[in-house]
Amino acid sequence: MLDLKGYGPSILQGALLTLQVALLALAIAVALGMVGALAKLSGSRIARGLASLYTTVVRGVPELVLMLLVFFGGQVLINRLGDLLNELAARHGLEDRIYIDYIDVDPFLSGVLTIGFIYGAYLTETFRGAILAVPAGQLEAGRAYGMSRLQVLQRILLPQMVRHAIPGFGNNWLVLLKATALVSVIGLDDMVRKAALAAGATRLPFTFYLVVALGFLAFTTVSVLILRWAEQRYSVGIRRV
Amino acid sequence: MDFSVIADNLELYLEGLATTVSLVAAALVIGLCLAVPLGIVQSSRNPLLRLPVFCFSYFFRGTPLLVQAFLIYYGAGQFAAVQGSLLWPILREAYWCALIAFSLNTAAYTTEILRGAIVAAPYGEIEAAWACGMSRAVTMRRIILPGAFRRALPAYGNEVIFMLHGSAIASVITLIDLTGAARIINARYYTPYEAFLTAAAFYMALTFLIVGGFRLLERKWYAHLRARDQR
Repeated sequence: MLDLKGYGPSILQGALLTLQVALLALAIAVALGMVGALAKLSGSRIARGLASLYTTVVRGVPELVLMLLVFFGGQVLINRLGDLLNELAARHGLEDRIYIDYIDVDPFLSGVLTIGFIYGAYLTETFRGAILAVPAGQLEAGRAYGMSRLQVLQRILLPQMVRHAIPGFGNNWLVLLKATALVSVIGLDDMVRKAALAAGATRLPFTFYLVVALGFLAFTTVSVLILRWAEQRYSVGIRRV
Repeated sequence: MDFSVIADNLELYLEGLATTVSLVAAALVIGLCLAVPLGIVQSSRNPLLRLPVFCFSYFFRGTPLLVQAFLIYYGAGQFAAVQGSLLWPILREAYWCALIAFSLNTAAYTTEILRGAIVAAPYGEIEAAWACGMSRAVTMRRIILPGAFRRALPAYGNEVIFMLHGSAIASVITLIDLTGAARIINARYYTPYEAFLTAAAFYMALTFLIVGGFRLLERKWYAHLRARDQR
């Protein structure tokens, strides 16, 4: 079997961090995707335009480039804001009380935010398709019964769009999960970086990257099984041809 | 923001662009050449044939491209046998390692796309081909594959864009592609917005080119499906 030279627990820790990043990013992506899909289907031209801009730009640029932009760019932005605040404080003679020191941008935060932001754009398209798959007559009927827009959303749209959204959602989740490997590039101690550290110390790069690959395979396999179960559950009552 | 830094270093970006385009194009060609036979095998009914192809595509679709590139670039050196072999001059170079990783990765995804397209061949077409006396191989070449390519086109267009975006990780294994150029500029001048927005613009232009190219191809390949006066 694979001899990990005592680095097993460290890689396991990294695996947990990878999962954390992926799940938090997924939560953000789902929220953004839902807002984006509703914006794309709304009557407001501005909302539609903004949503289109969001999905076009994000899906046209590699994840890594966006992540580096958020990480390094956010660093510059926050510190410029800090300088501005310090200047303002100095002008009003408050420099003794307010002083913002150099701030380091947290790689965990920028990783989660960037990945969530990116996959929000992909989920926007998935959710848009799923919403369109729910018969419009049902939504109109709900309105005719006197339900509010929110009630229609919660009682009629959401329960039915889940079934249509699951296949696309599952694909996006699998891609998102693998994209978390990129946070190692901005210095977050995820599974890939832990393996890189172990590989450097033991001079066994193949062994450790293979372990990481197997870890990701385990994650994807479990995800696929859960998604299959969910698909079956939400398709109860649907006749198959 | 001050884009004069970019103007002064445009050459670096163009060099990066050349690396990105050559890597992605070569990987796509190699990947497609591998994927056609693998896709045919995957669509067969023989489980013994299918199992190795399934394992290959499951591994490369289930792990991040970054890990695959690390596994080949850093991992190959672990074995003395590899270091002594004829392959070492290739596996020592980041460019070739990236090319191998990208090719195998896109081959795995394309295999699945093609498998789906082959399995979806209308049975009537196959029956008609047999009735005309075509052998299995001839049926595959003349009837099933052309239709499968046509059906696979939209999904393959997405795969090409994913490959382009995935190629950004070449910069992590020391190559100077578009992202690598941006990282150098950012490190040298500390201008993250200018550096990465420029790279993003290049990628977006490439993405639009690919989308446009596939739209043209679809127009050509789906011409027989349109109304006669719109061809």
